[in-house]
Amino acid sequence: MTFSSRKNTLRLLSFILILLVSVSYSSVGLTASVELKTEAPVVADISFEVATANLMAGNYSDREKAIKILLSVDDERVLPVFQRMLKSKLYYIKKTKQLVFIEKTDGGYKTTSILNNKELGLFEKNKLKKVKVNNKLRRLLRSYIARLGIKSTDVAVRKAAVKQLLKNINEETIAILQVLDKQETNSAIKELVAAGVSIWNLNSNDKTVQLAAIKALSKSLVPEVKVKLQEIIENTEDASIKKAAINSLKKIDSKISTFEFLENLVFGLSLGSVLLLIAVGLAITFGVMGVINMAHGELMMLGAYTTYVVQQMLPEHITTSIFISVPLAFLVAGAFGVAIERFVIRYLYGRPLETLLATFGISLILQQLVRSIFGPTNQAVQTPAFMSGSLEINSIFAITYNRLYIFIFAIVVLLLLMLILKKTKLGLQVRAVSQNRTMAKAMGVKSEWVDAMTFGLGSGIAGVAGVALSQLTNVGPNLGQGYIIDSFMVVVFGGVGNLLGTFVGAMSLGVFNKFLEPWSGAVLAKILVLIFIILFIQKRPRGLFPKKGRGVED
Amino acid sequence: MSNWIKKIASSALVITAMLGLSLSAQAGNTIKVGVLHSLSGTMAISETTLKDTVLMMIEEQNKKGGLLGKKLEAVVVDPASNWPLFAEKARELLQKNKVDVVFGCWTSVSRKSVLPVFEELNGLLFYPVQYEGEESSKNVFYTGAAPNQQAIPAVDYLMNEVGVKRWVLAGTDYVYPRTTNKILEAYLKSKGVKAKDIMINYTPFGHSDWQSIVSDVKKFGSKGKKTAVVSTINGDANVPFYKELGNQGISAENIPVVAFSVGEEELSGIDTKPLVGHLAAWNYFMSVDNKENAAFIKKWKAFIKDKKRVTNDPMEATYIGFNMWVKAVEKAKTTDVNAVEKAMIGIKTPNLTGGMAEMLPNHHLTKPVLIGEIQEDGQFDVVWQTDGLVPGDAWSDHLPGSKDVVSDWVKLKCGNYNTKTKKCSGQNFK
Repeated sequence: MTFSSRKNTLRLLSFILILLVSVSYSSVGLTASVELKTEAPVVADISFEVATANLMAGNYSDREKAIKILLSVDDERVLPVFQRMLKSKLYYIKKTKQLVFIEKTDGGYKTTSILNNKELGLFEKNKLKKVKVNNKLRRLLRSYIARLGIKSTDVAVRKAAVKQLLKNINEETIAILQVLDKQETNSAIKELVAAGVSIWNLNSNDKTVQLAAIKALSKSLVPEVKVKLQEIIENTEDASIKKAAINSLKKIDSKISTFEFLENLVFGLSLGSVLLLIAVGLAITFGVMGVINMAHGELMMLGAYTTYVVQQMLPEHITTSIFISVPLAFLVAGAFGVAIERFVIRYLYGRPLETLLATFGISLILQQLVRSIFGPTNQAVQTPAFMSGSLEINSIFAITYNRLYIFIFAIVVLLLLMLILKKTKLGLQVRAVSQNRTMAKAMGVKSEWVDAMTFGLGSGIAGVAGVALSQLTNVGPNLGQGYIIDSFMVVVFGGVGNLLGTFVGAMSLGVFNKFLEPWSGAVLAKILVLIFIILFIQKRPRGLFPKKGRGVED
Repeated sequence: MSNWIKKIASSALVITAMLGLSLSAQAGNTIKVGVLHSLSGTMAISETTLKDTVLMMIEEQNKKGGLLGKKLEAVVVDPASNWPLFAEKARELLQKNKVDVVFGCWTSVSRKSVLPVFEELNGLLFYPVQYEGEESSKNVFYTGAAPNQQAIPAVDYLMNEVGVKRWVLAGTDYVYPRTTNKILEAYLKSKGVKAKDIMINYTPFGHSDWQSIVSDVKKFGSKGKKTAVVSTINGDANVPFYKELGNQGISAENIPVVAFSVGEEELSGIDTKPLVGHLAAWNYFMSVDNKENAAFIKKWKAFIKDKKRVTNDPMEATYIGFNMWVKAVEKAKTTDVNAVEKAMIGIKTPNLTGGMAEMLPNHHLTKPVLIGEIQEDGQFDVVWQTDGLVPGDAWSDHLPGSKDVVSDWVKLKCGNYNTKTKKCSGQNFK
């Protein structure tokens, strides 16, 4: 910093200080004027500096006042300040009390002045102090940003802005909505705006307007509508209005219950797709080879940790890292699988109890291995941007993106696996060995090699499932334990040795579980599903799709 | 082939034996400090940190010249997140290793499991985790928060400062959430909240599919009244819960979640961007800015040799417990359990938030209550705190069964004295 600029800052500082004092004395009056919402810009440039300087106040209520004052300042620099503040990127330099935007770099924090966007150099974190926001301020900021965003050309931003306005409909917001009602071209936003206007009309003194609004609202699924209609039913004395409101509410409720059914179905399918992913690897090792692999969950954990390691190596490319992780996790978990088969399991074929104990031991070893390398705490795996958020169908029904992509992913994995088993040489050999080992050997199939490859394939798929799980749950040493029972459940229910059975089993268990959950609670739903499977296995010991033919006898 | 298996089995035996024996080989002129925290299994994620904290405190005390002229010696055992094993290991520590004090346990089940052992063998246990209360044993000092030092102030904050009218009480299905929610439900109802404005939900340990529950919360919260979630969801289930909240678009401004089991350590395993603004209630946050805390954090990072490691509330409770025990031993001039137990009451040591913690006659501490909002960097910003220190109450005043019960180990010499029937009903209230 040069001498002259420091002098300037000092001069500015003292100026600000004087103003600060004067503002703090008059702040009550100022906030009052804000609430009236003056359209004309208040004293332009100086105000911005003063108002922002107020943001450095010690407590939240003073900062709230400062934000309100800042809103009345008609300055294009206000919006970025609000946005950074919301994201906790607004700091001030402790020494000079200059407000700055910060950005993390390798050498420290890069600071730029909020007044003129000039870079003020790199600072250590302890030389800076954050302008803290709490939920109340965040809410305030968000609604102001929304109001400022109503003119945005981006549909999503505009939609969010309208939604924000719907939360509190009053004279001020309705004016904005009424203007928007005439201009808006996007149908989804138009619907929201119309709902807002109708909600406003509910308060009208004209009964016909009121009735028309109630009728119009019967088509809307915006949550605020239900609340307002409920209020009308409880408070109105006019019988015809009450009747109309009840009618509209009924219509809305019947629509909502349809969507609730759909929602449960989607939730169920999504749970099913997770079950499918974790079980499909096991369907190979347990289903086709008959090996009870208790370390299956830990192989998934290895896949999840692979994702973590890849992300650590590519911290800037979260999306790419996920795509790299999938084949890599397959290789890592597959390699572990082949090793487990070669060194342990092949000595134990035909002795299920010993296999169970040995693989259980392996699962503990793998857990402790990960614990020693990465530590006992969970690791943070980041979600790529394309997988966060949700796809909104309407105001009450949305599908989250991560679930949607995992559903698609599960289906793709299943199809690929089927393709391998049905169309490749390895698949042919796997099927041959699993159906009749001696005969396959006699035909020249290297059964030992096939065993290792099959186990590796199943394990690799477990690793791939781990990548998906890293997006849903904790990446920690215990990741596998939570899923091992579920995966056996699906394979046994679906029918051992049958991929289609695994698919149908996973999906039906998922849907079954999700339809039970709303009325039984999550704990009971899980128990009921288990009881159902026990009863089902009593009736059909070989699951939904049993193997047929002579090979089954054993 | 079978030879090979035998080899594995025997080596496994050797390994477990080694783990069991641990560091107890040395004997003689030392004071033995037992550490009973899971180092493997589900709870290892949280408890390993506390084991390290105790080891750090011991190392530091030894640098100062030990205690009563003797060196401290840690005896570490691994109860492996297995509740019955906790009791066995506690017995081993007290009978075989003859330790003078034990720092340990995390879950309430594990504490309930070792309680009879400590009472039978007259041991001394320091329990460093916030819990559901309804207990006060002569042999246990509770250095974590009782419900009135965490849950009740958090609800007060939401009710008075945020204006919450509808409540979701979500928890994992075991003793701590069930009891805490029972207390909270009674408390909310006493404040005039109607039953239809309270939704209670339990989920199994490690629950990972939160779609339906989060969607229910969203519906519950869209009824036009300010809604908040009070979460006693434990450990691993939190990450998928918060992820689902973020994905379904529930932000802290709409429906804040206040958690009693989510601290800095749990957050370090999550991508915290979608969680900014959600709340937690504790008696300590790493972000608290004062000298003691800064020194503690520095020591911890140096001891664990990891610059990124965080500190959390149970660590502070361990820190306070250890310092109090040291003071009490110095005061009593012996490590004899009865003498130390007497000396403990009234001991004051600084906590890490700038105040003094005092051990009360009911074996609980005075603590400040802090409400923090989650920040993007995985730390908490304190947004509210109680004016002074809150004395820990072992028996909740909001439950019908425990309202009339008090604990006082000085005057009444009883952990559960019923003021109505004027009777002490033994150590375990039922």
